Amino acid sequence: MEMLDDILKAFQLIIQSDQRILEITLRSLFVSGVATFFAILWGIPIALFLGTRNFRGKFVIKSFFNTMIGIPTVALGLILFLIFSKAGPLGLFRLLYSPGAIIIGETILILPIIVSFATTAIESVDPEIMNLAKTLGASEDQALFAVLKEALDGIVVAGIASFNRAIAELGIALIVGGNIAGWTEVLTTAISNETAKGNIELSIALGIILLLLVFGITLASLAINTLRRRRK
Amino acid sequence: MSFIAELRNVAKTFDGIVALDSINLQIREKEILALLGPNGSGKTTLLKILAFLEKPLKGEIFFRGKKATEKNMEQLRKESTMVFQKTILFNTTVYNNVAYGLNVRKLPKNKIHEEVKNALKLVKLEGFEKRQAKKLSGGEQQRVALARALVLNTKFLLLDEPTANLDPKNALLVEEIIENVNHESGATIIIATHNMFQAKRLPHRVALIMNGKISEIGTPAEIFGKLSKTLASFAAAENVFTGTAKITEEGTTLVDIGNGVIVEATLRNSGKISIFISPEDIILSKTRFASSARNIFTGKIVEILDLDSIVRLKVDVGKPFTVQITKRSFNDMGLNVNMDVYLAFKASSVQIV
Repeated sequence: MEMLDDILKAFQLIIQSDQRILEITLRSLFVSGVATFFAILWGIPIALFLGTRNFRGKFVIKSFFNTMIGIPTVALGLILFLIFSKAGPLGLFRLLYSPGAIIIGETILILPIIVSFATTAIESVDPEIMNLAKTLGASEDQALFAVLKEALDGIVVAGIASFNRAIAELGIALIVGGNIAGWTEVLTTAISNETAKGNIELSIALGIILLLLVFGITLASLAINTLRRRRK
Repeated sequence: MSFIAELRNVAKTFDGIVALDSINLQIREKEILALLGPNGSGKTTLLKILAFLEKPLKGEIFFRGKKATEKNMEQLRKESTMVFQKTILFNTTVYNNVAYGLNVRKLPKNKIHEEVKNALKLVKLEGFEKRQAKKLSGGEQQRVALARALVLNTKFLLLDEPTANLDPKNALLVEEIIENVNHESGATIIIATHNMFQAKRLPHRVALIMNGKISEIGTPAEIFGKLSKTLASFAAAENVFTGTAKITEEGTTLVDIGNGVIVEATLRNSGKISIFISPEDIILSKTRFASSARNIFTGKIVEILDLDSIVRLKVDVGKPFTVQITKRSFNDMGLNVNMDVYLAFKASSVQIV
């Protein structure tokens, strides 16, 4: 009975669009969104390089990124904590316990997902697409862009998977963010903290929002992708 | 005579394997030149070098008297267009495919619209603009690829086996388009082919290419007039047989091509001759059937080569015959390797090489 009561209260909080819930949700979206943006910005050129060129050591680099996909978030959080802490090599930037630290950590966390998925998508594009674009008059950059366009479906999936991993991870946000209310508190850290404090209805409300965001964004992206493909 | 392009001592290797070996070739303005040779002879590599897509390991290329260098390759590329053997399409509409090169050249939208429409008309695909290119039939896809090249109106067109994967109807259509383009816009066309018939019929000149070298070059009459060794050796791969011919009382000719295979032809030749039967002219069936075909053989399927909309089969009837059928027939008949089949073709389908 008590659980049902908690769930009802949770929905009440969501419907009333509680100020704190709204703030945490927006911060989560912002932090993970920015991390995904940076990971794509860095990851796509790496994936293009890996996917369109053959060179010695390519297998090693690809294996490195593939392995990094599975890195435990707490381990990465701990490493970054040591780097960002006062005595650490980047201590002077005072990044610890700031949204910036979470963004950096999550970017590093999801970069391997973007690189690995996008490389696979690019490698599955017909290698002659580059030559085709060039013989039709494209420059080297335009030809690479043509390859990217052919691999877009795979890259969209990589983007969604990365965003979901970022918004749902706890280790990094907790360790380098510190769950400071009004500053670094995000959905996952708040859920963990509020549950520990026994504030179950708030945890449930945040949990529902997290699930809705993950499912909603995935569904919306896939729908847009399908529409785009149909319109082409 | 003016040359549009010239290769001097061009060589190319891939991972140590020689693809082209000291090629010297002068391509005349407004000619159709066929590069005739078997698969793996270096035709595609030569075309890619002429399209400025591959850099030669050694040698020089001149285009309209200008030497090709690392710096001007991108610019030179805009003056030639290559159509690849395997049809490659962008995963978008027919319109976007054909418009690609014009968009890259930053032409105004209405001009692009007009040019795309004209190009599609040329390849007989009017009204196909909004269709998904990859969902078209093999023949239509190849025509989209051709339109995408033709729309650029470059004066140097390089076509790699443009009809190899097409059914006879589409192949003929593509040949007509090639002739038209050469005739009307004065484009120089280099066409790589392993089809001797095409090389005999379509170009002004033929260059025989074998193991990365050009062994002979001349008009089709010069090349096919004598039965050169190179020609005979590469052609053996596809329905070219050498045998002894005898004229029959009925006025036809029986050619004994060995292994007990005797082909009847509506020729009047005797002595040693080489004959060719087009893979499209051979009818394949699973059962023996009554027909007017003078040549009927039984044999086993030894190889199946799937090429999008058509399928090429190698059938051993004592001598290996290559047969080309549509994918649909192939699927309907449920053919497989080692299956016994009948081959039939008319005496009039036998050509002398």
